[in-house]
Amino acid sequence: MSENKPKQENLPRVGFYICHCGSNIASMIDVAEVQKYASGLPGVAVSRDYKYMCSDPGQEMIAKDIREHKLERLVVAACSPNLHEETFRKAAARGGLNPFYFQMVNIREHAAWVHEDKKSATEKAKDLARAAIARVRFHQALDKKRVPVDPNVLVVGGGIAGIHAALTLANAGKKVTLIEREATIGGHMAMFDKTFPTLDCAACILTPKMSAVKAHPNITLLTYSEVNKVEGYVGNYKVTVKRKPRYVKEDLCVGCMECIDACVFKEAKFPDKFNQGLGKRKPVYIDFPQATPKVVLLDPETCIELKTGKCKKSCAAACDRKAFDFNQKEEIKELQVGAIVLATGFKAFDAKRSPQYGYGRYPGVYTALEIERLVNASGPTSGEIVLRDGKHPKAVGIIHCVGSRDAKTNKWCSRVCCMYSLKLAHLIKEHSGAEVYNFYIDMRAPGKAYEEFYDKLLGEGVHFIRGRVDEVTDWAMTPDEEGKLVLRVEDTLAGFVRRIPVDMVVLSTGLEPQADAQEVRRRFNIGCGSEGFFQERHPKLAPVNTFTDGIYIAGACQAPRDIPDTVAQAGAAAAEALALIDAGFVELEPNTSHVVEEECCGCKSCVPLCPYSAITFDEVKKKAVINEVLCKGCGVCAAACPSGSIRQNLFEDDEIFSEIQGILK
Amino acid sequence: MKYLYFPGCSLKGTGRAYEESFLAVFKALGLEVRELEDWNCCGATAYMSVDETKSYALAGRNLAIAERSSDLDVIAPCSACYLVLNKTQKGLKENPELRRKVVNALKAAGLDYKGKVRVRHPLDVLINDVGVEKLAKFITKPLKGMKFAPYYGCQVVRPYSTFDDQYNPVTMDKLIEAVGAECVSWPLKTRCCGGSLTGTLPEVGLRLAYILIKEAKKRGAGAIVTLCPLCQFNLDGYQDKIASKYERVDIPTLYFTQILGLAMGLPESELGIKRGIISAEAVLAGR
Repeated sequence: MSENKPKQENLPRVGFYICHCGSNIASMIDVAEVQKYASGLPGVAVSRDYKYMCSDPGQEMIAKDIREHKLERLVVAACSPNLHEETFRKAAARGGLNPFYFQMVNIREHAAWVHEDKKSATEKAKDLARAAIARVRFHQALDKKRVPVDPNVLVVGGGIAGIHAALTLANAGKKVTLIEREATIGGHMAMFDKTFPTLDCAACILTPKMSAVKAHPNITLLTYSEVNKVEGYVGNYKVTVKRKPRYVKEDLCVGCMECIDACVFKEAKFPDKFNQGLGKRKPVYIDFPQATPKVVLLDPETCIELKTGKCKKSCAAACDRKAFDFNQKEEIKELQVGAIVLATGFKAFDAKRSPQYGYGRYPGVYTALEIERLVNASGPTSGEIVLRDGKHPKAVGIIHCVGSRDAKTNKWCSRVCCMYSLKLAHLIKEHSGAEVYNFYIDMRAPGKAYEEFYDKLLGEGVHFIRGRVDEVTDWAMTPDEEGKLVLRVEDTLAGFVRRIPVDMVVLSTGLEPQADAQEVRRRFNIGCGSEGFFQERHPKLAPVNTFTDGIYIAGACQAPRDIPDTVAQAGAAAAEALALIDAGFVELEPNTSHVVEEECCGCKSCVPLCPYSAITFDEVKKKAVINEVLCKGCGVCAAACPSGSIRQNLFEDDEIFSEIQGILK
Repeated sequence: MKYLYFPGCSLKGTGRAYEESFLAVFKALGLEVRELEDWNCCGATAYMSVDETKSYALAGRNLAIAERSSDLDVIAPCSACYLVLNKTQKGLKENPELRRKVVNALKAAGLDYKGKVRVRHPLDVLINDVGVEKLAKFITKPLKGMKFAPYYGCQVVRPYSTFDDQYNPVTMDKLIEAVGAECVSWPLKTRCCGGSLTGTLPEVGLRLAYILIKEAKKRGAGAIVTLCPLCQFNLDGYQDKIASKYERVDIPTLYFTQILGLAMGLPESELGIKRGIISAEAVLAGR
């Protein structure tokens, strides 16, 4: 590399700036000493320190110096480039310098914050500064590329998050495709009876939004559909969607449901998934009266015609719109969109994974979602609380934190269970008059009017026992426990172990990532946190963005959250997508790789290595070709290329080697 | 299939019926069992609370001998032995400082331990190595019409759930069904039998044992089936004392190896059936 080294007298004129960051940096690094040291390094024409370099005066100082001292390169030693690289690039541009003639040195996170010895930290800051000054000389003038953005948006998941995001985008005039895996939109919220803390009916506030989706001229609704494949990049995604057959033509069915009456099965006899298996349905069914679209479908597992081809098809005969099509096949659709909002929701914890509570063994044990259906007027019992054995419960125990805050299952707090348990306690008491016991670890009610709701429940005479329930058994120790389910719990307020006999146990199951969350995250090229929820770009400052540009997340697919937070997040995700689309273009970082064609030997080593599928092979020229729009600048290809014919902007050999030499000097 | 066998003190003393039936059943199934040479006390749970390091070394000696003699799995039928040997295995694997001390102690006795031994419970071997389907082929006299309460006790599933669930273990339930008997549904499968409290604090220990036998009887079980010699001892041996303090229950407690042996047509005399204090004769007469 030495032959490439600029001669001492021809060195570009470098400006070096070091930031105190208040006391963040200055308390651990002798800023003045680093400033003085840098001023003596070859090529450095100006060296200054300042309390807040990112402030307006700090930036202005840099721009002014560039003009007055005819600076040709810029180095700023401050915080992480994640925070202020763009700020100083802009300052360089204001001074008339190409923004890529700039190198940032992170002496805060990499030095000041991680060391305890001021002398060594100062020495490390000097090393880092020297390395940056050595590398910046080799920087080239670069431009950001602009790529146009397709204005259409895809929203995946038709729960309240997806519904709200789709409506927001559509109301802003964007064309939206909303995809839902189930036969109807509505998600979990459609199963709920009332919502906390206001106790307004879930269907009454949700179904108008569902109808609005269906009627909106800007929304294409694809239910019973799943995303198969995602290709492309920010602003230009190509999405392949699989539409499962309903065996009923969606455009012809009007949802009169006469076919359901006409079905050869006179009685509904198959477990109804929407009602958590508590009710029954026929092979031809609709999930609930307000299902959207209001189109029936056939269950291929139970429909005689679909299973054997030997049914008299009285359903089809009853349909005067001729909507039935027993030969309907899976359909593949391709969409072109600029942005994607993922709102794929959550899965309720499988209560069988906590066997001490007897779910699946004792018929009197229910999950919270089952109770939502039991107390619902449109549920299997029309809102009457009846046990599986037909009796009415006189006492009900609600166990909080099942599959939450538990080292054996899930460690996280599911955030909504305390509140929905209060809501269910209220509804059970209202519908049945039973004594209701809540068994909680801590009562978490940190939302608007939530604590007040808890207070209201205390006043309603619901019993609250602080303690994690040890077990639910049918083991009676006393005559009044006979025939009951007994909850054994350490009452941590009273300080002794209690046994509470009840007729019905409700397990407040926690929220988990969807079973296929890992598959979905790979398909959309985003990340998952260790617990399996989708990973946001920044937990505080970019909560709906992902590490993949143009893909946003909303609702419980990111973490457990309640309806108000979900709706707020869905709105935020829609706004982020709008900001992307309305800019009309995206600017791409120029730190991409390119192939020096005459040096490429056509070995194809790089092609399979690229994690972003940005490299193709030109079979005519026998050369690798890199799509700079797809390239994320990870550098894998440049490092792997055996002939050294792949170069990466800002990571040229000269730049890297001089940086290493600078640091080792 | 071949295994090493670590009897521990119980199977040579109060739990002789367990040893007899275990060896008879394994032999009849064609499973070769060789007793570990020169084995010593496992230390049980008591020594662990007196001097942990020495207790690891004591149990570690058995593992070292097993490793030296072969690469076979070690079967420990007694729950305390099973737990202590597993705990030692785990402790030596995860704690380098402890490992260093124990291996040094073993070296002084001319032994070494690399950590390769697998400690197994005979129930685990029967269900997971042999399998219910293969067992069914050996069942010649199914125990039709009999009802048993499966009782696992604490140590086999806690704190390590090595081969079954901690709250609701089911392997012995499968075995009871495999021998053609009915498995009583009861929630006390892993509730305390009284442990050593029957000796040290009888007013507590006897009550715990009483709860179990009473509930098993109440649910229609003809006998309790267990896999632990201490559980068997507490449930079977104190029924007179329980009768004088609470009420007479009279329910026999058998080992799972005994009911399997009976269903396989092995003679009662080889299975130690008559060793029980509460006679199983009346219950088994219905076969």
